[in-house]
Amino acid sequence: MIVEQIMKRNVIKILDSSTINEAHELMNANRVRHLPVVNETDDLVGIISDRDIRDARSSVFDTEEHLDYFANPVSKIMITDVITAHPLDFVEDVSSMFYEHNIGCLPIEEDDKLVGIITETDILHTLVQLMGAHQPSSQIEVLVENIAGMLAEIATIIKKRNINITSVLVYPSQDLEKKVLVFRLQTMDPRGVISDIEREGYKVLWPNLPGMSL
Amino acid sequence: MAKLTGDVIMKNAAFIYSEEQQTYKFSNDHPFNQKRLDLTYDLLGKCNALKPEDIIPPRLATDEELLLIHDKEYVNAVKLASKGELRPSMATSYGIGTDDTPMFPNMHEAAALLVGGTLTAVDLVMSGSYLHACNLSGGLHHGFKGRASGFCIYNDSSIAIEYMRKKYNARVLYVDTDAHHGDGVQWAFYDDDDVCTLSIHETGRFLFPGTGNVNERGSGKGYGYSINVPVDAFTEDESWIHAYKTSLREVADFFKPDVILTQNGVDSHYYDPLTHLCSTMEIYREIPKLAHEIAHEYCGGKWIAVGGGGYDIWRVVPRAWSMLWLEMTDNQIGTGSLPGEWLKRWQKDAPVELPTTWEDPSPLYPEIPRKKEISEKNSLTLEKALSHLRNEKEKLRKRED
Repeated sequence: MIVEQIMKRNVIKILDSSTINEAHELMNANRVRHLPVVNETDDLVGIISDRDIRDARSSVFDTEEHLDYFANPVSKIMITDVITAHPLDFVEDVSSMFYEHNIGCLPIEEDDKLVGIITETDILHTLVQLMGAHQPSSQIEVLVENIAGMLAEIATIIKKRNINITSVLVYPSQDLEKKVLVFRLQTMDPRGVISDIEREGYKVLWPNLPGMSL
Repeated sequence: MAKLTGDVIMKNAAFIYSEEQQTYKFSNDHPFNQKRLDLTYDLLGKCNALKPEDIIPPRLATDEELLLIHDKEYVNAVKLASKGELRPSMATSYGIGTDDTPMFPNMHEAAALLVGGTLTAVDLVMSGSYLHACNLSGGLHHGFKGRASGFCIYNDSSIAIEYMRKKYNARVLYVDTDAHHGDGVQWAFYDDDDVCTLSIHETGRFLFPGTGNVNERGSGKGYGYSINVPVDAFTEDESWIHAYKTSLREVADFFKPDVILTQNGVDSHYYDPLTHLCSTMEIYREIPKLAHEIAHEYCGGKWIAVGGGGYDIWRVVPRAWSMLWLEMTDNQIGTGSLPGEWLKRWQKDAPVELPTTWEDPSPLYPEIPRKKEISEKNSLTLEKALSHLRNEKEKLRKRED
């Protein structure tokens, strides 16, 4: 699964010349905790989080003082060293970036333009997890009906080849009547088992690409 | 071409070969088929590119040499399997008797001969008799300390590297251009700063063995000495060559090796049935060219080349491996038509039509959808792969200023 399949394209963002107050309101209105900051030509120049805004405001005990702080442009407090990802990055890799850098959101850039965003919550919602393949293995993806017993059916075909399964994931499919089964198999040559699966009438999504004969 | 170094006449390149290398055979229909060695040998012969004096037969690796990398229990298990005496329940835990690496009679001897071939190449180069040497039967980069994996029983490259370190006290740069990640060699030297491994391969997201991500950089004092450039499926020549040239140049400049060992798997080609890259014969012209340059620039010419994967044994492997030898011997003939005699001899056995020229026809395959995005993603991957090394160089530069 790649980032563009789960990223939000409709990004709530702010111009670098806008005030901190505007940023604060935009966050509250959209219930988001991060705002990518762009310039006039939509290039990503920074990011601002609810915590940055909290740091910029004065203490809760002197609410009436220093209101002018919030009139500063966001460019004054934004973080400019932004960690970003690409639409073709794998969701698994990107989730480990969240973990490694301890960040809450990741703007997605293509050709230096902001094209999307994913947050920790998106990652959790898609229930992505690393493959957990501790043994050398190849991955295959099989499209099956969303009914009971499919995993067992495919596993039986694999068993007949005497191939060890390293890990299994069940991905939802865009078609609600289908599911995608993802297997990591302990073999360097999965061709035999793939043709067995296809012979039984199942569709192998990977390895395969529309328009390519391999 | 002989070169004079001191009092000794140094010969240019040695080709390690004997018919016994064919004994490494799992079964008739197994994709790892050493007939490709004969096809290559014959192609070079028919081109008059291989002289009898270039050919050196491989020796058998000793147990002591195998134990430089492998566990004693594992070597013993292979020996038992060799005689058909290993219990299946035991075999599984050693990774043998599987579909990938089935047992076959005398498998220990066959595998030890491939290792011995690489060690023969090493000794010829490190002793100063030859500038370069190649053992196309080697390159079994998936073999682990105590386990066979991915068609590989003993890991000849790991053994050769450890052998060079112990016997010749050499800093070794290992460059792996097989479409599969060179995991066995990487893990063997993961915490070592005297061995640098560079692997350029198809991303492990789908392809065996699944490892070789950019963030596998080594550990402990070896941190920064494992470099991985996983390229996307359907990567084509231009993007692949960019990744290769940029990474190898920068890694060599960073590491400054005493000797370079290249693993020349040739399974990134569009025709290869096990992988999903879309390279053509062009990359197999470029790979040895730069390796050759690097060897002369940093290592006084010391370059050992081994084979590796390559599962289109008719159309891809003989041409690609021949180009490696042609580069090693500064031979320019690898363009235009292939010798008619070679085609005549093998076409009747081949299940596919053999190519008639060194180059692939153009276009070789239909246009790849999303070519631009794939190239862009590969460039970013390359940047990430080299980021640590570039930072280190920058730190060094600042310190020197």
